[in-house]
Amino acid sequence: MSLLSLQNLLKSFGGLVAVAGVSFDVDEGSIVGLIGPNGAGKTTVFNIITGNYRPDSGDVVFDRNDITGRATHAIVRLGIARTFQNIRLFQNMSVLENVLAGCHCRANAGLFSAMFRTPRQRSEERRAVEHAMRELAFVGLEHRHDNQAGSLSYGNQRLLEIARALASAPRFLILDEPAGGMNEQETADLTELIRAINDRGITLLLIEHDMNLVMQICRKLVVLEYGAVIAQGTPADIKRNPKVIEAYLGIDC
Amino acid sequence: MNLARYARYRYFPLCLGGVFFAIMASIPWLLNEAGAPGSGIAQLDMLNKIGIYALLALSLNIILGQTGLFHMGHTAFFAVGAYATAILNTMYQWPVFSTLPVAGLLAALFALLVAVPIIRLRGDYLLVVTIGIVEIVRICLTNNIFGITGGANGIFGIARPVIFGLAFSSPRQQYYLIWGFTGITVILFYLLEHSRFGRALNYIKQDELAAAGCGINVARYKLAAFCLGAFWAGMAGTLYAANIRSIEPTSFNFFESVIIFAIVILGGAGSITGVILGAFLLIGLQDVFRDFSSARMLIFGAAMIAMMVFRPQGLLPARRRHYGARRYLGKFPCAVRRQCGAAYNPYAEDEGDCV
Repeated sequence: MSLLSLQNLLKSFGGLVAVAGVSFDVDEGSIVGLIGPNGAGKTTVFNIITGNYRPDSGDVVFDRNDITGRATHAIVRLGIARTFQNIRLFQNMSVLENVLAGCHCRANAGLFSAMFRTPRQRSEERRAVEHAMRELAFVGLEHRHDNQAGSLSYGNQRLLEIARALASAPRFLILDEPAGGMNEQETADLTELIRAINDRGITLLLIEHDMNLVMQICRKLVVLEYGAVIAQGTPADIKRNPKVIEAYLGIDC
Repeated sequence: MNLARYARYRYFPLCLGGVFFAIMASIPWLLNEAGAPGSGIAQLDMLNKIGIYALLALSLNIILGQTGLFHMGHTAFFAVGAYATAILNTMYQWPVFSTLPVAGLLAALFALLVAVPIIRLRGDYLLVVTIGIVEIVRICLTNNIFGITGGANGIFGIARPVIFGLAFSSPRQQYYLIWGFTGITVILFYLLEHSRFGRALNYIKQDELAAAGCGINVARYKLAAFCLGAFWAGMAGTLYAANIRSIEPTSFNFFESVIIFAIVILGGAGSITGVILGAFLLIGLQDVFRDFSSARMLIFGAAMIAMMVFRPQGLLPARRRHYGARRYLGKFPCAVRRQCGAAYNPYAEDEGDCV
């Protein structure tokens, strides 16, 4: 059964058509890769799913709800979390606080319960810290919980972004170039992590240029060029597809 | 060592608060001992003025320091609160103290009305609009809007606040009222800062898009920050009206907004101790340098420039929050084998202060 379904998405910026009629489905529990040359409209598709952009036409259906054009924070609450291509952490705050941001939408304490420290607020806060530490341990950053987020190495900042996204208890996780700027060892760790996330029952959609990683972990690939889907299928099919080889993978692949 | 570190972040604010409280509480007695009866009155009046500004700066700190909204129109909310008290007291004979929540609510309501259309504006645009708001309010007050603000002359003869039969009339009583209220404010705002709500404001300040991506309703939190700041500014207006007993539109001009803004930025945006220190320096030093008269503003301006060049984060920047999360170390499973291995050194490549 498909968890997320994109139907004929269209989005243009001025005269530039960034996404021209994109449709594909993501099955529940699967790992889907979105690949294609730079400027093909991959990140724009992500931004439409997460509510950062409103499509000119077309629908985004998540778990049988039409979420097209809903506010970002409401979409996160429904269970879609994301990371960013150019890491967007809260640089001056601690690693733990970054993950606590993800916990935000799963808690309710507001202004008055904070000012008067109600018992419910205290226990909720304790649970949030525990949950955040659980996610930090999961990605392997628990010992750095009190560091400043900006002081982490590049690879660890990517892991922290994933922990923050996981803290919002998503059913569907969108990763925008998670291996960008990572060395070989870090990429191997990331592969392991993505599999573990998937084992928790979380469906993943990722943009990635590291073909090795993509071919290893994705069950299905969608190839974009000039804002349109030129092919979709299993990694083995995509590798052999002449259109994809010409547009993206290159002849000697 | 860990215990010492724990004590430092856990009890430092309490100790600092306690020492500050003791000093502030004994000041009226010290001033009186120093000379003839009634000699410390000028100093007490100055401290009362600093207290009002500290309150205003603390409330602006929620909006500017915590949420990062460039709001230079805080005097508008202050004016709404002060006039609400003055009008209710002189025309409808409400006791001053009972107007306190009403003044706050009216200021918050006014903030909500003006903020809804502008809340999505970014940085400098918001700044320009908020400057406009102060001027609109001042001009409305001067032109005797609704025929109740007394025009350019303002409103005279506001009564002294009476709480449970205790009248706050002498400067010393005023001092305890104003600084007592400031003390309560500090505690409430400290608790707020260390909560889900306070963190949400900080996330918005750092990166709005990422905050929304974490499920934070950015527009709603910004509005909440605006209304809370305005509510407190309105209540500060009540204390001001009761202290000064006659208010006029010129007291609520744009320059006052700039001063409050500068207190927050110079003291340390987002830092309660910084903001209070800022209030003492900016308001207190103005008085100390009064003898220099014309050179006073020159020194003042030069100091501000020097501050912004050499210490842009303010005198006492906000301290990092701690959560006592160490007790969870090693309790939860890790998905990445290499990171959990025995050879894993948590202090390897990253810099920064590990606890």
